[in-house]
Amino acid sequence: MEFELTEEHRLIQATVREFAAKEILPASADLDHHPRYPEEIIAKAAALGLMGLIVPEAYGGAGMDGLANAIAQEELARASAGVQVIISVNNSLVCDPILRFGTEEQKRRYLPRLARGEWLGCYCLTEPAAGSDAMSLATRAEWRNGEWILNGRKIFVTNGAEADLCIVYARSEATSGARGLSAFIVEKTFPGIQVGKVEKKLGIKCSSTVEILLDDCRVPASNLLGQRGEGGVIALATLDGGRIGIAAQAVGIARACLEECTAYATQRQQFGRPIRTFQATQWALADMATRIEASRLLMYRAAWLRDRGERCTAEAAVAKLIASETAMWAAHRAVQVFGGYGYIQDYPLERYFRDAKITEIYEGTSEILRLVIARGVLGSKGT
Amino acid sequence: MNIIVCLKQVPDTEAPIRIRPDGSGIEGTGLNLVMNYYDEHATEAALQLRERFSGTVTAVSAGPERAREALRQALAMGADEAVLIQDSALDGADHLQIARVLAAFIRPRRPDVVVCGKLSTDDNAAIVGPALAELLDLPQATAIAKLEVADDGTRAVVHRELEGALEVLEVPLPALLTVERSLNEPRYPSLPGIMKAKRKEIAVVDLTGLGLSAAEVGSPAAVLERLEPPPARSPGVQVNGADPDAAVGAIIAFLSERAKVL
Repeated sequence: MEFELTEEHRLIQATVREFAAKEILPASADLDHHPRYPEEIIAKAAALGLMGLIVPEAYGGAGMDGLANAIAQEELARASAGVQVIISVNNSLVCDPILRFGTEEQKRRYLPRLARGEWLGCYCLTEPAAGSDAMSLATRAEWRNGEWILNGRKIFVTNGAEADLCIVYARSEATSGARGLSAFIVEKTFPGIQVGKVEKKLGIKCSSTVEILLDDCRVPASNLLGQRGEGGVIALATLDGGRIGIAAQAVGIARACLEECTAYATQRQQFGRPIRTFQATQWALADMATRIEASRLLMYRAAWLRDRGERCTAEAAVAKLIASETAMWAAHRAVQVFGGYGYIQDYPLERYFRDAKITEIYEGTSEILRLVIARGVLGSKGT
Repeated sequence: MNIIVCLKQVPDTEAPIRIRPDGSGIEGTGLNLVMNYYDEHATEAALQLRERFSGTVTAVSAGPERAREALRQALAMGADEAVLIQDSALDGADHLQIARVLAAFIRPRRPDVVVCGKLSTDDNAAIVGPALAELLDLPQATAIAKLEVADDGTRAVVHRELEGALEVLEVPLPALLTVERSLNEPRYPSLPGIMKAKRKEIAVVDLTGLGLSAAEVGSPAAVLERLEPPPARSPGVQVNGADPDAAVGAIIAFLSERAKVL
């Protein structure tokens, strides 16, 4: 067993940490207070190779493994969870399924653009009546005159406002449930697709969350991703990677809480001494550090398993569950360490508090993750 | 243009430094090591020269195994080749010994430019660069903050920032330059660059490989006896109170009576 990161992984960590500190952190408060898509930051991230981290060099990417991606995502989220999710979605939810399930032609057409940051991708699974029960989705795909016609309404689509390309899941077969689904690569310029309502959110405000409307949207036969009826498999395989990305986001937020608290506890004086000398503060910091360490190691393990080509559904669920609950818990404690200063916008704590919440919800709520984990523990019959 | 950049791996300046209980050095465990910041600027300068004049950038470090990481970073930033000079005879080597070893490596390569950081942030000596220039018999310009190389690549105009003045020098090439941090903004190693660097081999040579005997490297002129933490500073004097006149009076009294600077 080897607990040390390789030289390359350490270099990636140091590089992304420096990039995040210099290019993202100074803008992170303003991007939250005045939400807007951080175009310049994303352009710089693309120049560094962050938009196509996991895309092989042959398709214009950095050619890194999933562990490197997780390491990079933690560093990005430490600076801004909003900026990070834009980059994470492009990698884990868009490039990843094209890489795993796409035809050679699809990879050549889409991956270089996504990796270079010329195009941004989004992932359209959730519908108004299909959230945790995603496989019951109702968007229809009909085969008509040699092309697919998509009709339906997708919601909560991260990156949807700016995206040039959407991975859309729709029901193509008469079968109900996961087996009736197919995945499609839909370019935003195809006729019949448009952005609907733009959501206002509690946190991660610089990433857009929108409704995507499909009204007789025409998709060429060559844009079916994977096989007919394979959509459910693709969605779930993709979510394993996506959940590792969200675990990394949560670890990044929790680390931000710990680092801010550590600095503040040294500088803040009460009762004639720095508050770090009080055991109540020390215990808060120790508990944060412990949970962060556990979350990070579980995230690394899930990423490592996935890189080995092994199934990691339960491990990714475990990593995301503990990391997201750690982020929320750490943010809650961190606001308390800061007291009144934790509640006001001049300090970043209230932002971490708002940002942390989403990690317990998207890409599988804590409840769904517990269901997935319980299946692993009890076997499918047990649940 | 044949460009050589010399690098050193040093403790992160933001890392807390702990002295070993026996005072023999600093605690290595848990210490974050990075490429010396000045050397990042030296690497950037070397890469910019190559981009303008083509040619190759060779990164070299004389140090322990862990110096490999600094070399890997230079490769990831875009250096063509990296060489680690590693030999147990160099344990505890001083700056002049390191300069001799680097000179033995660099001399047969006949570089057009050798670039070093102004100093390394671990021991702030600023010796290796100038010593290396002497050993290589190259003209040198140290702590340069601006570099303008003539189109034909035969000479350069450099700026040195002095206390209250700017020194402008013309240097014929080949030359050795040591660089200030204000010279440029080092590029990030791009992520594809890191992956490409992973596949490049870092050559390792020892003193024999350089044709050097231990006698030629010499022994350290100064030997570290003991490291001690600096004495704790006495707390400053705080002037409290809302009345500005009284506060000014108290500060003047302090400066003239206790600090005796007025």
